[in-house]
Amino acid sequence: MTPLLEVDDLRVAFRRRGEPDTVAVDGVSFDVAPGQVIGLVGESGCGKSVTAMAIMRLLPARGVRVTGSVQLDGVDLLGLSESQMRERRGKDLSMVFQDPLSSLNPVIPIGLQVTEVLARHRGMAKEPARKAAADLLERVGIPDPRRRLGSYPHQLSGGMRQRALIAIALACRPRLLIADEPTTALDVTIQAQILELLRELVRETGAALIMITHDLGVVAGLCETVNVLYGGRIVERAQRHRLFGTPRHPYTHGLLRSIPRLDAPSGEELVAIRGSVVDNLPWEHACAFAPRCPRAVDLCTGTTPLAETSGGRLLRCHNPVPASAE
Amino acid sequence: MSTTWATRRKTRIDDLSAGRSLTSEAFRRLRRDPVALTGATIVGVFVVIAALAPLIAPHGAAEAFPALQENLRPGSIPGPQDGFPLGGDQLGRDFYSRMLLASQQTLLVGVLATVIGLIVGIVIGTLAGAFGGWVDTVLMRVTDVLLAVPSLLLAISVAALAASPSQTTVIIAVAVVGVPIFARLLRGSMLSQRDSDHVIAATALGVKRPAVVLRHMLPNAIGPVIVQATLTLATAILDAAALSFLGLGDADPGRAEWGLMLAQAQSYLDVRPALAFYPAIAIIVVALGFTLLGESLREALDPKGSR
Ligand SMILES: Nc1ncnc2c1ncn2[C@@H]1O[C@H](COP(=O)(O)OP(=O)(O)OP(=O)(O)O)[C@@H](O)[C@H]1O
Ligand SMILES: [Mg+2]
Repeated sequence: MTPLLEVDDLRVAFRRRGEPDTVAVDGVSFDVAPGQVIGLVGESGCGKSVTAMAIMRLLPARGVRVTGSVQLDGVDLLGLSESQMRERRGKDLSMVFQDPLSSLNPVIPIGLQVTEVLARHRGMAKEPARKAAADLLERVGIPDPRRRLGSYPHQLSGGMRQRALIAIALACRPRLLIADEPTTALDVTIQAQILELLRELVRETGAALIMITHDLGVVAGLCETVNVLYGGRIVERAQRHRLFGTPRHPYTHGLLRSIPRLDAPSGEELVAIRGSVVDNLPWEHACAFAPRCPRAVDLCTGTTPLAETSGGRLLRCHNPVPASAE
Repeated sequence: MSTTWATRRKTRIDDLSAGRSLTSEAFRRLRRDPVALTGATIVGVFVVIAALAPLIAPHGAAEAFPALQENLRPGSIPGPQDGFPLGGDQLGRDFYSRMLLASQQTLLVGVLATVIGLIVGIVIGTLAGAFGGWVDTVLMRVTDVLLAVPSLLLAISVAALAASPSQTTVIIAVAVVGVPIFARLLRGSMLSQRDSDHVIAATALGVKRPAVVLRHMLPNAIGPVIVQATLTLATAILDAAALSFLGLGDADPGRAEWGLMLAQAQSYLDVRPALAFYPAIAIIVVALGFTLLGESLREALDPKGSR
């Protein structure tokens, strides 16, 4: 199937005067097929949000250099003018953010924030838009939607707000939805409901979903393909069950071992990955993960590991975990 | 029916000034704050008097009375007597009526000057904050220059440009003083709105630029500017009075104005100090009222100010 979105060699560098550039995303490539759900996983600061913002073209124009290509249906988004991009945002591709309270305009009722998008991209008149907005709120599980149209964001609970945000993002049935840690700000029971809602909605509307999270649990229940990001590069990519079953990159392996599992044999210890991102080596002449890696060999601190694909799995490692280890 | 209207109205006010429940919390705090209450009381009484002045003033501002004029002689101005509770002024007019009627001029000039300054300031601040780049640079250089000039001096300069002083020139001169203050303040909070989550979220939905600026940025940025307007009302009243005092004010003899009354009373300080005393006190008290109210509003709405 031809991909809906093709991200190729995406690179984002923040420039600051008198300082070397910060490369937040360093040659990331991945595809998303229509209706596919993929995961983008990694710990804080690895470049997940910057990747998403670059795809949406939401990074500030000044002080940021974005290179590579982001093709949506064969059109390079990075080459579009700002007004062309505004036509597509919300209509062809859309995004749900982490903090539902701060992502909603505090002085405008929820209803208006939904109808605004419908009017913008579908040219809907006031009354039909209101009706459609009520239907959308009902669909995402907001009780008494007609009345809720007049509610302000602070009058809703966190879960309701995130439902409203999802309704807004999917109002014009975009073919691609990017969800950047949509459940991080919510408590656990609500998290599960929101994930379930997202799953249903993307299936229903046929939208492809890029799920950004640091939580492998979220990925496990949702994504077909998982990209593991470390220091701005994808270090491992595989089908969900293969990645969880036989993680090959020591970082993925570590991530999996650091989350508690109910089915783990009792007595098995949780192992945290030692160190933190500040220990990273530069990718130019090493593996960034080497200082924290339990399997690091001499090669790792002197040579950049290349991304190699075999059997549908992408791996960037000099000394991967043997496939039979798990 | 009326209760729903009242509640709805209240939430709307809350949401407009800063959003969140921060605002309702702020109003609760204000109601218990003696400073805010004092300010609100002064302002309230002043506004009522000013609004009703033509009804409660027994006489006109320009009306001279033989009963008062007869007793006018060098070294003596008639004091309180029957029908003239505060006595007459140097031209035999009813001082009490003139004091009341002048409050109306003060309110009118203060409010108009502030509102005009506010509108122009909002336009400039919005343009600068929304567009950034050279638009911002040019606009902010101009406001910097204006801000560098002491406000009264600026008002005097503008008023002096007019061929003949009038109420309109006073209003414009005082409005000009407010413009850079409002513009700078709004620009700052517009800039912080530009990077805020909900503005990025609106942009991510493809909302057009003018709508992002006017619907998503401006209403969230304007709170501090509205608070500042209360404070500016106080300085506007002082500046307007000062202009009149310096002879750059309203020359219409048919209207009474505290600043001008004060200026003219100077020659009679030893004869009847009350002529200077009352207008001076009135100006100070009213300006104080607006300042107290504005300052406590600002403190109450400041999320950092924990009291
Ligand atoms: N405006 C910016 N200026 C400079 N550097 C930035 C900027 N925004 C992000 N970065 C850098 O880019 C890197 C990636 O940030 P990003 O927000 O994508 O992380 P993330 O993976 O989304 O993390 P989290 O899980 O905490 O959201 C970080 O190291 C950060 O320091
Ligand atoms: Mg992030």
